[in-house]
Amino acid sequence: MSIKIALPKGRLLRDTAALLEKAGWELCGYEEGARFYRFESRRFPGMLLKLFHEKDIPIQVAVGNYDLGICGLDWIEELLVRYPSSALVKVKDLGYGASDLYAAASLEATTLDEMRSNLDVVRIASEYPNLAESFAAHLRLRHFKVYPLWGGAEVYPPESADLALLSEATVEPFAYGLVPTKTVLSSSAFLVANKTSWETKDLSEVLSTIGVGALPAKKPRATTSSAQTPGQRYSGWNDDDTVRLALPDGHQQVHAVKLLSEAGIRIEDYPSKTGNRRPCIGIEGVVVKVIRPQDMPMQVANGNFDLAITGKDWVREQLYQFPSSPIVDLLDLKFGRVRLVAVISKELPANDTLGLRQLVEGRSAPLRVASEYINIADRYARENHLGPYRVIPTWGATEAFLPEDADLLIENTETGSTIARHNLKIIDELFVSTACLLGSTNGKPGSRKQQTIRSIVETLKGAVERMSQKPEGA
Amino acid sequence: MTEQRCKGCWDLGPDDMTKFRAIEEAYRDSCLKWGYKEIRTPTLEYLHLFTSTGTLTPARLNKVYSFLDWDGWSGERVVLRPDGTIPAARLYIGSMEEKVLAKFFYVTNIFMFEETGREKREKWQCGAELIGAGSPLADVELIMLACEVLGKLEIKDVKLKLSHIGLIRGLLKKLDITPAEQDRLFEQILEGNGDALTKLAARSPELEKALPLLLDLKGQSSGFVKNLKVLLVRELPELEPELNDFIAIVDLLDTLECRYQIDITAASGFEYYTGVTFQLFAGDDEVGGGGRYDALIPLMGGKDTPASGFALYVDRLMDLIEAGHPAGSRAHRILLSIDSHDRASVSESFNMARLLRSSGYIAEFSLGAQRPADFRWTLDVRGKAPRFVLTDRTKRKKTEANNADEVLALLGH
Repeated sequence: MSIKIALPKGRLLRDTAALLEKAGWELCGYEEGARFYRFESRRFPGMLLKLFHEKDIPIQVAVGNYDLGICGLDWIEELLVRYPSSALVKVKDLGYGASDLYAAASLEATTLDEMRSNLDVVRIASEYPNLAESFAAHLRLRHFKVYPLWGGAEVYPPESADLALLSEATVEPFAYGLVPTKTVLSSSAFLVANKTSWETKDLSEVLSTIGVGALPAKKPRATTSSAQTPGQRYSGWNDDDTVRLALPDGHQQVHAVKLLSEAGIRIEDYPSKTGNRRPCIGIEGVVVKVIRPQDMPMQVANGNFDLAITGKDWVREQLYQFPSSPIVDLLDLKFGRVRLVAVISKELPANDTLGLRQLVEGRSAPLRVASEYINIADRYARENHLGPYRVIPTWGATEAFLPEDADLLIENTETGSTIARHNLKIIDELFVSTACLLGSTNGKPGSRKQQTIRSIVETLKGAVERMSQKPEGA
Repeated sequence: MTEQRCKGCWDLGPDDMTKFRAIEEAYRDSCLKWGYKEIRTPTLEYLHLFTSTGTLTPARLNKVYSFLDWDGWSGERVVLRPDGTIPAARLYIGSMEEKVLAKFFYVTNIFMFEETGREKREKWQCGAELIGAGSPLADVELIMLACEVLGKLEIKDVKLKLSHIGLIRGLLKKLDITPAEQDRLFEQILEGNGDALTKLAARSPELEKALPLLLDLKGQSSGFVKNLKVLLVRELPELEPELNDFIAIVDLLDTLECRYQIDITAASGFEYYTGVTFQLFAGDDEVGGGGRYDALIPLMGGKDTPASGFALYVDRLMDLIEAGHPAGSRAHRILLSIDSHDRASVSESFNMARLLRSSGYIAEFSLGAQRPADFRWTLDVRGKAPRFVLTDRTKRKKTEANNADEVLALLGH
């Protein structure tokens, strides 16, 4: 009998690898920086082990793609609070990766009790939108909005959100001038099982090796600093004349810095070695926060930012979900070129979308489409009449899903080499995406803010033109 | 064949719709005659409408169908209506607040997630709201209206249970617990956990004597509440206004010879209730409920306006009434057969059918699949004289006619 297990990448990887080594699983390749997603156990030769983003694991186990999974309790509860009937069994607290999930506010913010009685909207930013909504309902907040984020929630309060729901594992709140106001959940690494697998399969041999039945050996929590140093603030963030610019974190930072430098715009501490998300920019009347490019279109649309450097792929993703979003692509910045492509396993006898459609016609099981771009993927499957289908949201490393856990990927690729390395093939190109300067259509014409925005656009336009004339790599 | 119907959702077939319409018509008829006016509110509402007032418990809020609309980039969520009263109150505040008295009724669907998918996630209810009246008479009017509809539908073994949220809130305040704990206990009670109340007795020496009398006994007359008043007011004088209100209501019900049972623990329902609440049962099936919600409209930003309302649960009533005939009585159903399909015969048949329908009959063309037994009459339309042959299937009698007037005359017109 083959047993399928989903293992986490990221913060839990090292401790999980140590646990499984101690358990004698003798895994090959489950280590940081692994380039492949499938592993084998010398002790359990029939076992299939696959690497996932932690957030994907509860979903993969609940839908029955995996019998067992290891991930943080925070992601398990994020699924269960919205979908309580998910087929998940929380088997065992593994005792490591301890981390509190808490609601944090700025030092100067009103208390939670005041927020409860306040008639104003309470804005909550979080990577955990389901837990955030449940938290707000239990707190009896009268009117709240939840901003679902890909990351960087700590930089939102107080200007762009009133509360951030944060994981202690990823953010030291005091460094950002935030204080935890309430612990929402105490999380640690958990072993979860698919309910049907738990009820029907004999998993006992595997479980016994990792000490299921014994009490978890709790690792001491990392002590957090309690020095309440006020973080940086933008006192004029919401002034009418201030232009609020969002710059990307992650690998786009290098390109963004090059562009700003070419434009003669000075920026300090970006990219930041200390995780500073409020770099100082040398343009009067402009303030900057560093957030995820995926979150930028929604943040410009909802008025939290006036300008953002993001990818056209994420702009399109936003417009497919919210077609009348008040956002406009002001300038093609030409860098960060990727193709959005439809990808299937090389083993499938189809070479284009029509071939795939013919292949799935008459099939009773729905086509499984995995993507980080759930709205683009949804539209692609719908418009290409790919029969009954289901979109599986993913949080990176989507290529790991084929062929066992998905039939089709909508994925971005720079060179196509990762796709080829994983024995996959491109059957369609949806569009080409580059970075762009995104603005809002809600600006007041003729205002000082609009003049500053126009001047930034012109400056960047000149820089883009100069850069495109330079030879590659110069 | 794979089941393609959404989990927790049900179709209403022809027999179901006949029952549904019978309930709706009985309800509309009564409401209109009691001076209520029909409203219809949208299926989509903002989620904050239901969070802003503490109007739904967190347990209920976790089961609503909420999502970001097509223009939901601001993070504002919308919800498939989980309750009928709050949208009606919003409508009143938004466009009718100048009215001193507003009497609404509606037949609407509400949506609430149910985990197993074996129960309905979309439910229908007949609701009524009486806004602007805070008297015991107003509460009694709603109870009597609900009972009248159940009577019209010939629902058997109807029982009325009464409770009073004002009394429960008063009792909770006497406990040595924080407001947050009070809220949690209140939620448990509203979720139908009557035991939560009985466990309170041990929490307060003042309540220890009074609570068993209040919670364990089920009274059936105003005398019961009057007795409780004598007992409770000595220990808990702050409950006197609630007790007086309750007495006035049950006094009126006694006068109207409306039978009821007072069961303080039967207080499940919505967090917005403030005064008397009632539940209607047919046997063991709960078929309706309602209550007073004086605090709701001010909490939603409206003026300080008393209000109360109820809902009858259509899905449960449908299980309790007879199906009746799918479309009108058999006595008025005529099946037309066209012998010849030449232009003149077809034209004459359609004219004849139109005349029959305007005279109050259900006239169907024979398409080869109808059961003649479902029709009292059959009418053969022929290409030659006699043009019409009318058969009375009850009396087993055939008669001939040469034009439409003669057919109508044979039918007694």
